[in-house]
Amino acid sequence: MTNLDLTKPTAELADQGTPLLEVDDLHVEFRTRSGPVHAVNGVSYSLAARETLAILGESGSGKSVSAQAIMGILETPPAVITGGGIWFQGRNMLEMPAEEQRKIRGPGISMIFQDALSSLNPVYSVGFQIGEMFRAHRGMGKKEARKRAVELMDRVRIPAAARRVDDYPHQFSGGMRQRVMIAMAIALDPRILIADEPTTALDVTVQAQVMDLLKDLQEETGMGLILITHDLGVVNEVADNVAVMYAGEIVERGTVDDVFTRPAHPYTDGLMSSVPQVESKGGRLQPIVGQPPNLARIPSGCPFHPRCSRRRLGAEAAPGRECSTDVPPLRLVVPGREAACHYSEEVLGVPAQ
Amino acid sequence: MGRYVARRLLLTIPVLIGASFLIFAMVYALPGDPIRALGGDRPLSPAVVEVLREQFHLDDPLYVQYWEYVRGLFSGDLGTDFRGRPVLDTIERTLPVTVKLTIVAIVLEAVIGLTAGVLAGIRRNSFFDNLVLVSTTLVVSIPILVLAFLTQLLFGLKLGWFPIAGTREGIYSYILPGLVLASGSLAYVARLTRTSLAENLRADYVRTARAKGLPNRTVIVRHTLRNSLIPVVTFIGADIGALLGGAIVTESVFNLPGIGREVFDSVRAQEGAVVVGIVTLMVFFFIFFNLVVDVLYAVLDPRIRYD
Repeated sequence: MTNLDLTKPTAELADQGTPLLEVDDLHVEFRTRSGPVHAVNGVSYSLAARETLAILGESGSGKSVSAQAIMGILETPPAVITGGGIWFQGRNMLEMPAEEQRKIRGPGISMIFQDALSSLNPVYSVGFQIGEMFRAHRGMGKKEARKRAVELMDRVRIPAAARRVDDYPHQFSGGMRQRVMIAMAIALDPRILIADEPTTALDVTVQAQVMDLLKDLQEETGMGLILITHDLGVVNEVADNVAVMYAGEIVERGTVDDVFTRPAHPYTDGLMSSVPQVESKGGRLQPIVGQPPNLARIPSGCPFHPRCSRRRLGAEAAPGRECSTDVPPLRLVVPGREAACHYSEEVLGVPAQ
Repeated sequence: MGRYVARRLLLTIPVLIGASFLIFAMVYALPGDPIRALGGDRPLSPAVVEVLREQFHLDDPLYVQYWEYVRGLFSGDLGTDFRGRPVLDTIERTLPVTVKLTIVAIVLEAVIGLTAGVLAGIRRNSFFDNLVLVSTTLVVSIPILVLAFLTQLLFGLKLGWFPIAGTREGIYSYILPGLVLASGSLAYVARLTRTSLAENLRADYVRTARAKGLPNRTVIVRHTLRNSLIPVVTFIGADIGALLGGAIVTESVFNLPGIGREVFDSVRAQEGAVVVGIVTLMVFFFIFFNLVVDVLYAVLDPRIRYD
């Protein structure tokens, strides 16, 4: 077992081809008074340097919970990681002492959140909050940390950084606050940045600026980026690969181009049909019928089957592929594409193997 | 900020005038003759009564009496009681007792209340947390008079730890009355701290602090406690003003010659000048410490600005 070396630039690791992060069969549940809620049910993915992986899903699909599990900031209780592993540069974070795990947060894995206003402490200046990274992890003094904070604010393109470093979060606009969050997250050149709906609270032009900034920073440093979102447009623009989550599971995975142009899972297919297209102006959008599943009572078989237009029940189904009883595993459908549906070939329109 | 404070201080003047007039009118409205009561069992001669009534303008209408009083104020004269003792002397004699009592009460309230609240808030649902919940409920539900006698009995007589009356033993004399006086606020501070802390621990910025990889101590002390204590500190500040406004029951039970007891005795003797003087002072304390709290609020929370 090697010791974690967080001093080398991420870019150097990029060319070695080993993944920075491997999530392996992760299970998280919330233990509530009315019984367990299964938020994440066997999620696996890996992330390489320079890669942008989008995790796409609706509210309650487990995308944020899995990210918080990786960060080690789940509130336990009620949340409990009931199985799986999170391997950061070859070491399982779930088996590390808490103190070691803490030292990875910041220089190893960093995270930005959806609502920058509530995610920044209202009673400290932004410079102080950015500088805290250097003070806590690098043992810097106040003055030096403040200087570095100004540099970072410059780097995330906050105008007049030197003048604004002592301002408080409420004195910034929404977009500028999210830049402050980003500055804080990239302060120690993390290997991995997890962005949890970084642009949801922002208006469209500011969204684009923030995404461009993240993209540019990734190019400079070579960090891996996990982008958690329900915004298909954002995924399409910046991500390399996409994992679609439903009811705490990954139901489809592949490159963004493949998944978006030819979905292999009925849920993904439904998502794509519910997006307005400029070309087909005037046509009706196809919503996905029904409600997202209750995670305390996930449907048997394929969790999506009650809402699925292609479901096959009883005698219609092929043996061992009955949608309401047989759980579809995430499997390779065509090269480079995995989906958790018994009838993916049909969705894709390719002959079954 | 300076202009704001100046404006608020100027505003206290009309408030004090209004308050003093109201108190004056209320004392005026009390039934009975204070001069006749002066003599007790031996009635004063009609001549003496006549002179005293003249001296204190007791036969004049309310507004004349009040005007005479205010005129005295502007020349630095708070008036005298019916026995000829200056009200200023009475205040100088009794105020230090109340100030000492307030200081002891506030220190106990802050130290015990905050400690209990913080420990309970960090370890919610623990044994200690439940202990705090039960004991604070108990304290607020017992009337202060009962609580005063209970502490006298237990800590004064049975255990003999503290004196139970008077001011002869210096600061020790103030421990028991201070504790009784603080009890209600102490329970409130403990509850407020606990709730505020528990709420802040779930705040998004605390999650951010953890995501930054800060040590647990920093997360709790810097990013949770500081924010949680803002409402508590402001409550304690306002409470100073309230406690200075007299502890009639506590001062009476523990036989402390403070302004609370003095004002109570003066109301019974219809000593208008004394009542108005002391109560107006209480009102001033109350307003002043509320101003201090408002200023403190802006210092603690940068989102609050008065300019």
